[in-house]
Amino acid sequence: MTGDSSNMPDIWTAFTGVIRRDVLLAWKRPGDVLNPLFFFAMVSTLFPLAIGPSPEQLQFSGPGVVWVAALLATLLSLNSLFLSDHEDGSLDQLILSPQPLPLLALGKSIAHWLTTGLPLVFVSPVIAVTFQMPSKTISIMMLTLAFGTVSLSLLGSIGAALTVGLHRGTALLSLLILPLAMPILIFGARTVSLSAADDAVTAGIYFLAAYCMLALTLAPFATAAALRISNE
Amino acid sequence: MWTWFHKLASPPHFYSLSATMIPWFAIPGIGLVAYGTYAGLFLAPADYQQGDAFRIIYVHVPAAYLSMMTYMVMAISAGIGLIWRIKLSHAVSAGAAPLGAWFTFLALITGSIWGRPMWGTWWEWGDPRLTSQLLMLFIYFGYMALRAAIDDPAKADKASGILAMVGAVNIPIIHFSVEWWSSLHQGATLVREGGPAMPVEMLYPLLANILGFTFIFGALLLGRVRTEVLFRERRKRWVRNLVFPEGGDA
Amino acid sequence: MNDAMAMGDYGAYVWSSFGLTLIVLAICVVQGVLRHKSVLRDVKTRIRAMESDQ
Repeated sequence: MTGDSSNMPDIWTAFTGVIRRDVLLAWKRPGDVLNPLFFFAMVSTLFPLAIGPSPEQLQFSGPGVVWVAALLATLLSLNSLFLSDHEDGSLDQLILSPQPLPLLALGKSIAHWLTTGLPLVFVSPVIAVTFQMPSKTISIMMLTLAFGTVSLSLLGSIGAALTVGLHRGTALLSLLILPLAMPILIFGARTVSLSAADDAVTAGIYFLAAYCMLALTLAPFATAAALRISNE
Repeated sequence: MWTWFHKLASPPHFYSLSATMIPWFAIPGIGLVAYGTYAGLFLAPADYQQGDAFRIIYVHVPAAYLSMMTYMVMAISAGIGLIWRIKLSHAVSAGAAPLGAWFTFLALITGSIWGRPMWGTWWEWGDPRLTSQLLMLFIYFGYMALRAAIDDPAKADKASGILAMVGAVNIPIIHFSVEWWSSLHQGATLVREGGPAMPVEMLYPLLANILGFTFIFGALLLGRVRTEVLFRERRKRWVRNLVFPEGGDA
Repeated sequence: MNDAMAMGDYGAYVWSSFGLTLIVLAICVVQGVLRHKSVLRDVKTRIRAMESDQ
């Protein structure tokens, strides 16, 4: 066995290594995790403030508001996904490493979800309660948000990779990702509304899960290709 | 055969060839649309359910069909450009985008105008086909915005190429949305089992317009790609010789 | 003739649709031609500037 190949980390270690690094970085900078959450909470608050606090209106608009707020909070957090790596050169290392780049891109996306989407799912019940959402609906909401935020992290990585380092990247990134995110929003919010009306939710959940699987299998390749292009 | 293909992909050849090809697309296109529009407006009998309002179909359906076809052209030529690194292919993609955006806009507006008397509303947010067509417009805008934001032309080509391919997921969604979900929008009329659900006096002008608009699109696209090629190659010798022929003075 | 224009009460809808289509197509043509001319003009200016320096 030559010295070189025995030092090279195997694929699994590389994958978990990418995730671990990003999660640790987020741990050291709690603001990165907390800011999107505060944003999520505040945007949700904007709607009752603007539209009026009547309980019927709150119940009616709750699912949509929570979902839009979650979408916006996620979009806001995506711009920095590759930005610091781009600036300090770690992105070059990532691209040049012998492990398959799509796998590493998947790792970045998962780390992003762990630090953005997952906390959001756990914070969402607090917001939902203020919108008079019944508890059965809240659990459906959390399930839709779980699938949805995973999809958003994956799709958002593509957008982030395409716009890394570009002037006014955030606005452009949102413009690119929103059309892909709209089906998620539609099905996510509508499914929660259906649950509140005691209607069948299985179709919506299946759609969200399917979209999530599609994103999981295809997005990393697009992200990897976009990273190579943006980093030239 | 491959020599012809290679020649086509060479910018100076394409530039001169496209000039001769444009009339071959424009003239049949205009002719077909002239017939289709006239026959559709004045010769076809009024629909028994929708009356004369149904005639909007003669512009709405071609626009909608072209909005999707243009996207496929844009995405496929982007893919060809990315995989086989053919610069002309990227130029085709760039030229197709604004045309596709216009067609999508036209489809949405004519559809909205048609919907007002038929469905009683200018817009229906719950309808999957309307929503996905709107999404398509946004995807076109995103594509053009991304191109504009990246300075390096080769990088812009590749990045927007990836975006075009990712957005292609929307096409089957638009097309099949009327089958998968309940929608105000009617289902397939032309390509379905048992043949088209339309009498020939109504059908022929529609087919003529669809085909005619496609030819016109071809002419428009050739023109745009031609300009794009000229711009991209502006520093090359063949452009210099073209603009100021040999021996000529500046 | 008036029957044709009226299109059975739907005249405004039908004619505005066709009119818009015509306008959009015209815009596409004009935009394309103008851009081509503009690129041609810029190329000529550039070449003249470069060659007059020599």
